[in-house]
Amino acid sequence: MPAPQQRRIIFRHIDEPGYTNDLACYVRHGGYEMLKKAVAMAPAALIEEVKKSGLRGRGGAGFPCGVKWSLVDRKSGKPIYLVVNADESEPGTFKDRYIIHQDPHQLIEGIMISSFANNVKQAYIYIRGEMPHGARILEKAIAEARAANLVGPNILGTGYGCEIYVHRGAGAYICGEETGLIESLEGKRPYPRIKPPYFPAVLGLYQCPTIVNNVETLCHVKHIVEMGGDAYAKIGTPNNTGTRILCVSGHVQKPGYYEYEVGTITLGELLNEVCGGPLPGRKFKAVIPGGSSAKILRFGETFTLKNKDGSSRTLTVEDIPMDFDTLAACGTMGGSGGVIVMDDSVNMVEALANINAFYAHESCGQCTPCREGSLWMKKITTRMVHDHARTEDGALLKSVADQIAGRTICAFGEACSWPTQSFVAKFGDEFRAYPETKKAAKSAGTLELV
Amino acid sequence: MKLKPETLRRIDEVIPHYPVKRSATLPLLHLIQEDAGYISSEAVEWVAAKLELQPINVLEVVTFYPMFRQKPIGRRHIKVCRTLSCALMGGYKTCESFEKEFNTPRGEVSADGEVTIEFVECLASCGTAPVVMIDDDLHEKVDCAKAKQLSDQIKAESKKR
Repeated sequence: MPAPQQRRIIFRHIDEPGYTNDLACYVRHGGYEMLKKAVAMAPAALIEEVKKSGLRGRGGAGFPCGVKWSLVDRKSGKPIYLVVNADESEPGTFKDRYIIHQDPHQLIEGIMISSFANNVKQAYIYIRGEMPHGARILEKAIAEARAANLVGPNILGTGYGCEIYVHRGAGAYICGEETGLIESLEGKRPYPRIKPPYFPAVLGLYQCPTIVNNVETLCHVKHIVEMGGDAYAKIGTPNNTGTRILCVSGHVQKPGYYEYEVGTITLGELLNEVCGGPLPGRKFKAVIPGGSSAKILRFGETFTLKNKDGSSRTLTVEDIPMDFDTLAACGTMGGSGGVIVMDDSVNMVEALANINAFYAHESCGQCTPCREGSLWMKKITTRMVHDHARTEDGALLKSVADQIAGRTICAFGEACSWPTQSFVAKFGDEFRAYPETKKAAKSAGTLELV
Repeated sequence: MKLKPETLRRIDEVIPHYPVKRSATLPLLHLIQEDAGYISSEAVEWVAAKLELQPINVLEVVTFYPMFRQKPIGRRHIKVCRTLSCALMGGYKTCESFEKEFNTPRGEVSADGEVTIEFVECLASCGTAPVVMIDDDLHEKVDCAKAKQLSDQIKAESKKR
C-alpha cells in the first residue's frame, strides 16, 4: 500500500515557485481574510472553536491549545501577553524556520487572531538568535501589516489594537522552555520558574497572565477559523487532530519536512516510502521520533499496546503511527516532530556522547541534579569514546540519569536523562561491548560523532 | 564608548518596545555587539546605566548566552553545527576542513585576525545537514568540498580588502 499523501495546510506555499514573503503575495493568496472573519466574531466564540478543534501544541509537550487559552486569568485586571515561541532549538526540528522565512504573514495572521481572541494588546515573537535573517523578515512583514492596519492601534477599523515586536534570543536552548523564555524576555538569565505558582497563564511575563504558543500552533489557529473547529477536528485522528510537520534528518535518502494529518502515516511509511529508505547498502538501526530528548526506538523491538476494548495489539517500530498518543504509549513522544534516523554505521555509545554534549552545554545550571548530572553523563560518554570505556559504564550512566529526571524545576531534567535512559536500556549490549569494540579499532569511529 | 549614530538610534527605538526597560537588555547587547564586535566591560556598564540596572544584571546575561562574547573575534565568524543530525552527516569532518583551510583550531582566532571557527549547537536546519553559518548566512549541505569552496571565497574576499 502506498504511503498516504501529504496534506499541506501550514506548508501549503512553502517552496512554491513564485510565492514570496511579502504582504501583497500573501493577500493575493487570500491572506488576512481569516483575521477579518475573526474580528467580526466574539472572542469567546473563537476560543471555543480552538477548543473544539482539539489542536495540541506543536512545540513539544502537545498540550491542548484551547485549554491553555482558557486557563488565562482574565479577572486580574492586568494586561494579557502573547509570546510566540520561535526559539526553535530542539535538535532534529527545523519547521518554524521555513514558516518564518517563506510565509511570515501566515504566522502574523495567526498571532493577530489569537491575540484578538484573548484580548491581548501586546505580543512578542521570541526568535532564535541564530536566525538573524528570520528576525529581519518578520520585522519587515510586521511593518507591512502595520501599514495596512492589520497590526497596530486600530486593526481593520475595529478599534481593537495589538502590537507585535520581535525579540531575538542569543543561543540558549533553555529559552525554548516557556518560563525560561519569559525570564529571557524580561532581560534576565533564562532560569525556568517553578510551577506553582508561576504558571504563565496567571503569573507570566511581568507577572501578568501570558500565553506562550509555538509558531506552528499559531499558524494552525488561522486554519481553524477558516474551517471551523469541528471540521478541523475531523482532520487527523481522534485526540490527535490536524496536520503536523514532521522533520526528518539523519540517515535517510530524502531528509526534509513533510506535513501529514496527525496519525495517518506510520514511522515505517515515513522513512521507507516518503524518505526513500536507508542510504545505499545500509540498514536502519534506531530512530528518535520527536526531537533529541525523545526516547530512542530500536528497529526490531515491538510494543504491545492495549486497545480500548481490552484486547491488545503488537506494533513494530515501523507500525507506529506518528501521533501524540501512540508514541507516548510506546514509551517515547511526538515532541517537536523532529525525526532523527541512525543506520547501522552508527555506534550508539558515540551517538549518545554527541547528545550528552549538547545537554551538558545547554543546562542552565539552576538545579543541581541537572547541572551536575548532565555534565557527568557527558564526561562518562566522552571518556568512553576516548579509549577509557568500562563494561559497567552503561549502568553508571543509568544511575546518574535516574537521579535527574523528576528532581528539577523544568522538563530539561527529563530531556537530558531520557536519551541516556533509553539508549542504555535498548542498546545495553553495545555499551557493555564498547571497550572491546574500541580495541577492535576502526569498526567503530569511522563516523566521528564526538 | 563610541557607538555609531545608527546604533544609538536603534537603541532608543527598541527600549520603548517593553513596559519594563530591563527587557531591552538582549536587544541592546545584540546591537552593541553588531557595532563593536564584542561586549566590553565598558559596554556592560553603559547598558546598565541606559536601562537603570546594576552592571552585574547585564554581565550575568552576557556570560550566560553563548552568542555574546567578551573578546573580539576574527573578521569572519564560521560556526559549524556540532549536534547529532549534522554530526551524522559528517559535521565533524566539515569543521576539520575549515580548521585545516585556515590553519586555525576551533575556538581560536586565525593569526591574521581574519576568521574565527567555532562549533555551535543545533542551528535548526537538520534536514540539510551538515550546516554552517558564516556571519549571518546559513550554508547547507556543507561537505568537505563545499567547506573548501567557502574557505576559498572567504580568502578571496579577505585579499580584496
